[in-house]
Amino acid sequence: MNISSLNIRKWSMLGQRGTAFGVAMPEIASKMDNVKLLTADLALLSGMDRYVSMYPDKFLNVGIAEQNMIGIAAGLAMEGDVVFATTYASFIAVRSLEHVRQHLSYLKCNVKLIGSSAGVVAAKSGVSHWATEDIAFMRALPNIKVFSPADCLETVKVMEYAASTDEPMYIRLSGGLNCPIVYKEDYEFEPGKMVCLSEKKGDVAVIATGLMVSESVKAVKLLEEKGVDCTLYNMHTIKPLDKETLDEIFADYKLIVTVEEHNVIGGMGSAVSEYKAIKESSPRQVFVGFDDCFLDAGSQRYVLEQAGLTYEKIASRIEAEWEKRK
Amino acid sequence: MSFTRNTDDVNNIKAMAKRMRLNALDMALESGNNGSHLGGGLSCIEILAVLYGKVMDYDVANPEKFERDRFIPSKNHCVLAHLPALCEAGYIEKNELLEFQKDGGRLTGYPMRKEIGLEYSGGSLGMAISVGIGIALKFKEKKVDNKVYILLGDGELNEGSIWEAFMSAAHYHLDNLVAIIDRNHLSYDGDTEEVMGIEPLSTKLESFNWHVTECDGHDVESLFEAFDDVLEGKPHVIVAETVKGKGVSFIENRREWHHHRLSKDEYEQAIEEITKA
Repeated sequence: MNISSLNIRKWSMLGQRGTAFGVAMPEIASKMDNVKLLTADLALLSGMDRYVSMYPDKFLNVGIAEQNMIGIAAGLAMEGDVVFATTYASFIAVRSLEHVRQHLSYLKCNVKLIGSSAGVVAAKSGVSHWATEDIAFMRALPNIKVFSPADCLETVKVMEYAASTDEPMYIRLSGGLNCPIVYKEDYEFEPGKMVCLSEKKGDVAVIATGLMVSESVKAVKLLEEKGVDCTLYNMHTIKPLDKETLDEIFADYKLIVTVEEHNVIGGMGSAVSEYKAIKESSPRQVFVGFDDCFLDAGSQRYVLEQAGLTYEKIASRIEAEWEKRK
Repeated sequence: MSFTRNTDDVNNIKAMAKRMRLNALDMALESGNNGSHLGGGLSCIEILAVLYGKVMDYDVANPEKFERDRFIPSKNHCVLAHLPALCEAGYIEKNELLEFQKDGGRLTGYPMRKEIGLEYSGGSLGMAISVGIGIALKFKEKKVDNKVYILLGDGELNEGSIWEAFMSAAHYHLDNLVAIIDRNHLSYDGDTEEVMGIEPLSTKLESFNWHVTECDGHDVESLFEAFDDVLEGKPHVIVAETVKGKGVSFIENRREWHHHRLSKDEYEQAIEEITKA
C-alpha cells in the first residue's frame, strides 16, 4: 500500500468505510485467492463498486439478511476462506449477535466483522442506525478481538492486519466522509498496542478511540492553552487490552480520562476500568461517552454536542474534573 | 446422481437403524436423571441411517479431506440418532457413545470435532442452514461435486433466519445442498400446527424455489427414492414424514418425551419393543 501524504488526504475524503472497501479490500484481494467480501445490500453505500468489478468471484451480496450473512460467512471460513462481512455496526453487532457468538466466538470461524457508521455517523437517521453499544457486545465475546481505528490510514493498517491473521475480529469504523486525519504520515501500527500521540507531559492521561481520537487531539490542544497539560493515547485495539501501557499510565498520571463515541457502560472506558479495579492503587477515572442514554436525532455535531463529545465539551469536562481534583 | 441399491442395501440399513435405536436407548439410560432428547432422536434414525449407511461420501480414516460430503445437524436434538450413526460409520466406539454426557468427554455438549465426524456444533435453532450455504458455495467455487446435507426440525422452521437462508440457497442455485426436514409434527410444547403452524409446508418451500420431495421418513426405500429425486439448478428439500419417539409405544407422539428421563423399567420395555419389531 502506497502511504503518501496525497493518499492520506484522498483516503480521508473517502472516510473509514470508503477506505476499507474502496482501497484496502481491492489491495487485499489482489494478493489473496481465498478472500471473500460479504455485504447485506450496502455495496454501493460502502464504496465497493471498484472491488466488485475487479473481483466479482470474491464478493457476495446476501441481501438485507444480516443473520444469514454471518452464517454463510462462517461456512465459507470453515472451508478455508478469509471472510470480511460488513454492514452498519448496529446491525452486524446487534441483530446478528447470536450468529456471531456461535460461529465467530465459540467456533472461532475466521470472519472479520466490519461495522460501519459506528457511533452516531448516521446522526439524522436516528437511534436505529446508531451504534453506541457495539463495543460492549463484541468485547464480551471470547476469542473476538476488537479494533477501532482513529482515522483512514489506521483503517488501512487494521484491514491489512485482519487479512494476515486467522482470528475472528470486530472492526469498528467510525466517522463519515471527510474523516479527520490523525496520522499525517506513516507510523508504526502494532496490534494490541496503544499509540501515544503527544509528548508525555502533565498529570492527565486522555485515552480515546475511533473518531474521538481526532476530537481529543483538539481538546488536548485547547486544554494546553488553558494551562492543563494532558497526554493523549489512541487505543485502536480495545481487545486484547494493552495492559503494559495501561500500567505505565496508572503509574505516571493523576487522572485518567477515557473518551469514546459509545455508551459508558461496557465500552472502552469500562475495559480500562475493569483492569484498573484490580490494581492496589490507581488514579481516578472519568468516563466521557454516552451517559447510558439515547439522544434526539440531528446533525452529527448536534448529537455529539448533546452527548458531550465535541472537543470543546470534552475539554471543559476534563478541565472541570481536574479542577475538582485540585 | 443415483444411489445404486439392492434388497441387501435396504435390509442392511434397516438392521443398522435397529442397532442405532438400541444404542440411543442405552445412551438415554446412561444419561440418568439428566434426561435426553429421545423423541426427536428416534424420529430421525432412518434418515441418519440412510445418510451414513448409503448416501454420504466420507472417509473415516481421512475425516478432514476436502472432497467429502458434510452432514450439518441443524436440529441438534438429533444427537441420539447422530452419535449412533457416527458409531456405525466407525468414527466412535460404543463405549464412548455411552459417555456422551459425561464431564470431560469428547461428545459432551455436541461440540464441533471434525476428527470424529462432528462437522458442526449447533444447539440454538435455525442457524446451521446458513453455514451449509457457505460450504455449498465453496464446493461450487472449487468445482467439487460433494454435497451438504442439513437436518432440520419442523418446529425449528418457526425461526426467521431459516427463511433468509431458504431464499438465498435458491438464489445461488445450490443444487449441492440437501435439507431434510424431520416432520414429526411436535415441538416442545405440542403439535406444530397448534403452537405455530408451518403448513402448507411443501407449497411454501416450492414458492421459495426449492425442489421439494415428500417421503416416509421411517421407510428406507422411500428415503432412498427421495434422495435420488434431484433437480439440477435447485436446492433440494426432503420433507420426511416421521413420528416423534418412533419405535417405542409410550414415547411416540408424546410431547413430554421431547426431553425426558428414561427409567430402568421403561428402558427394558423399550428395548423389548424395538428388538421384537
